[in-house]
Amino acid sequence: MKTISVLEDRKKQIYQKGQDGFDISCEQKSLAGSVSQRACVFCGSRVVLYPIADALHLIHGPIGCASYTWDIRGALSSGPELHRMSFSTDLSETDIIFGGEKKLEQALFELIDAYEPRAAFVYCTCIVGIIGDDVDAVCRKVAARVGIPVLPVHSEGFKGTKKDSYKAACDALFTLIDQSKEPPKKIPLGINILGEFNIGGETWIIKDYYRRMGIETVAVMTGDGRVKDIQSAQRACLNVVQCSGSLTHLAKEMEEVYGIPYIRVSYFGIEDTASALYDVASFFAGSPAIMEKTTRLVQEEVCAIIPDLEEIKQDLAGKRAAIYVGGAFKAFSLIKALKYLGMEVVLVGSQTGNKEDYALLKKMCRPGTIILDDANPLELAKYIMEKDAHLFIGGVKEKPIAYKLGIGFCDHNHERKIPLAGFAGMRNFAREIHETITSPIWELVPGKGQKNIPESLNKG
Amino acid sequence: MKTKAYTATRNACKMCTPLGAALVFHGIEGTIPLLHGSQGCSTYMRRYMISHFKEPVDIASSNFSEETAIFGGGANLKQAIENVSRQYAPEMIGIATTCLSETIGDDVPMILEKMGNQINQTALVHVSTPSFSGTHVDGFHGAVRAVVGQCNPLSNRTKYTPKTKKRINLFPGMLSNEDLRHLKEIFTDLNIDLILLPDYSERLEGPSWVEYQAIQKGGTPIRDIRKMNASTGSMEFGTILARFAGKGEKSAAALLKKRFDVPWESLGIPIGVKATDIFFSVMERLTLKSMPEKYKKQRGRLIDAYVDGNKYVSKKRAIVYGEEDFVAAMAGFLAEIGIIPVLCASGGNSGLLKQALSELIPQNIFKQVEVHNGMDFTRMEQQARELSPDFVIGNSKGYTMARHLNIPLVRVGFPIHDRLGGSRILHIGYQGTQHLFDTIVNTLLQTRQDTSKIGYAYM
Repeated sequence: MKTISVLEDRKKQIYQKGQDGFDISCEQKSLAGSVSQRACVFCGSRVVLYPIADALHLIHGPIGCASYTWDIRGALSSGPELHRMSFSTDLSETDIIFGGEKKLEQALFELIDAYEPRAAFVYCTCIVGIIGDDVDAVCRKVAARVGIPVLPVHSEGFKGTKKDSYKAACDALFTLIDQSKEPPKKIPLGINILGEFNIGGETWIIKDYYRRMGIETVAVMTGDGRVKDIQSAQRACLNVVQCSGSLTHLAKEMEEVYGIPYIRVSYFGIEDTASALYDVASFFAGSPAIMEKTTRLVQEEVCAIIPDLEEIKQDLAGKRAAIYVGGAFKAFSLIKALKYLGMEVVLVGSQTGNKEDYALLKKMCRPGTIILDDANPLELAKYIMEKDAHLFIGGVKEKPIAYKLGIGFCDHNHERKIPLAGFAGMRNFAREIHETITSPIWELVPGKGQKNIPESLNKG
Repeated sequence: MKTKAYTATRNACKMCTPLGAALVFHGIEGTIPLLHGSQGCSTYMRRYMISHFKEPVDIASSNFSEETAIFGGGANLKQAIENVSRQYAPEMIGIATTCLSETIGDDVPMILEKMGNQINQTALVHVSTPSFSGTHVDGFHGAVRAVVGQCNPLSNRTKYTPKTKKRINLFPGMLSNEDLRHLKEIFTDLNIDLILLPDYSERLEGPSWVEYQAIQKGGTPIRDIRKMNASTGSMEFGTILARFAGKGEKSAAALLKKRFDVPWESLGIPIGVKATDIFFSVMERLTLKSMPEKYKKQRGRLIDAYVDGNKYVSKKRAIVYGEEDFVAAMAGFLAEIGIIPVLCASGGNSGLLKQALSELIPQNIFKQVEVHNGMDFTRMEQQARELSPDFVIGNSKGYTMARHLNIPLVRVGFPIHDRLGGSRILHIGYQGTQHLFDTIVNTLLQTRQDTSKIGYAYM
């Protein structure tokens, strides 16, 4: 097998547990020509705001950015589905020369008139930042005329990393909340769920848990999102942040301005889901009934899935998994969930982790595990092969790497259609992994199953 | 029939220019595409192509930052080229510009020239693909032309003795992997040398790996592209493309004709009996070889099938959309079997589609056809409501519209991201037409069956 080399400039972003001197380099812009798995600032903002289903999402720029993000995510809505449309100002050469403000304004008026959204988000793409359209001014003007919030999202693709894109989305969300005319009357047992995107209906699972615990969900940001709910978000007593990479910025801002504290949680895996619910219950310690209900809920839910998981665990024991996801927080949960299933994690990486994240990953992993920051297809393939993984957990760009190497794959990104959060989600996750790892087809793939193939076919 | 004109595009029926270029570069042996611009462009196009081909599609980026956007992208481009060259050791790096680098005015040809248009024996090819101008199709043709142009400078006329064996350059445009394989099969059967550009049929649909491949095997060999100037003739698919080519634009075949006087035949994508007949007659003219028996038989069986299925398709109404050349070819085929393509639509904006269709489709049918350039799916759907079509035919992007209209979608073209095997759909030749005909008839039969109260078990 040909060995794959790692670029000199990237060597500090790769660490193998057991090596001396852990000082992983991270939070940097991607190296030019490295074929990073990351996207751009626009992508992150779009991901965060996309599930707000009764808002207009208008992408200001040439067509590509809108084309490639048209309804690709698995975020569900229980009502309006405006978020599944792909609107673009589709800038052409003359717009670039003369500026796109007029076109943007006209487009906003027409679209707001036709679709009657509750708010509009205008995503600035690379080109808008370069030609210098005053998007803020256009948004203000349109908002004044139409009477709904029209919010610029400063997500020019080149303006930083995914972190900056999350900040742009959080800024837009904060403005939306701040513009609310709602009197900030508190809801005593009210929480906001932050960083939950209702992939395959996950928000509904989580909200149902809180309902059963006696807790009211004021707003979800942004899964199955509604503008009106988000505008009421000041009324909650606690912000519960799941995808901490994306929404912590908003939580901090809300803490500062409205005095709403926040906690960070994860709903992936039994351990983390239970901790999340207990942490929220603990926050409301003044109402002891909540903790009682929570304990009962966790017991019921865990008991319901245990028989299935026990059966599945028998087949998964000792299998090796590789994880490459966007945020490090998800990786923490996945490591725990896989450990619970008896599996071993041999590679773990993220697009956006920071030093503390990687230090924690190091702590959680077994010796020999590879830890990667901002990886690319060649590095991922290299370590998956070297570590002889049976399973790769990632997103759509990682899938073909796994499949070409003849190993199973589980999509744990925004494009999946199956809910993997909560207790029921853990069962789905385990079932999916089980179905793929125990599939008989792996006996036929050249890499792994060579011994099962006639010698004459096995050459080249 | 009037629908309100909208300033915004709502659910576009097109992709942006660099995507087409990236696809072409994946159809050249040992070549890696590099997009000069923000990281997002390359990632989005990768994931978009992966969802269709279900194969690794590596596309590098020069990763603009804010400073790059202000001070120019030259340094980033050089660094990207060096890193791609180090990691992939490619034979060629295909560099396509994005809207960002085009707008700030990076002089990519000059930067490459300073590098001698190569790095460590790796050729550097550039195509200008501003995404605010044209669609993915323009990027596709632009990349083909750029590669052919750069590999065939006037000073480099190669020698080929066509007495022994004819050799044809074929520029098929944006077809499926299966289409490309079928074309190669036809040339093999005719015993004619073929240089097919691009040819992503192996690279974007290969077997599982025994050994790791930084760049998948397959693609048009660069040494073959360098020999195109001495071929017997060139064939280029695309009736719209031909109209541009007449003016010397976009066409690789026209470039070879101009520089080296390589005879050039332009024809529509061979979908349908008539269009495939033209394809074989052009082949005969260029190569002096007639259609092999195998294809005569395929043609015979196809026409026999037309007869068997005539009742189910005659006077049915279809909406066809996609790339302009593809729409033209598909509409020609539909008209040939008696289906009225009541709406032919494309996000492409050449303004030439209507004229092309009027020449392709018999007047009695053409009278009933609406043609739209620069159309998006929202307007298409509004139009469709007034046209009461029986089915829609095009890529996966029409699914939402078909679902709203409650009529079936026959999936063809690119992208097919909600089914397996999009790249294995055969559209061209008698065999591809056979496949399309059967699929359309069976789709209509299934609709009849599903919507019947009785549920006929015998149609």
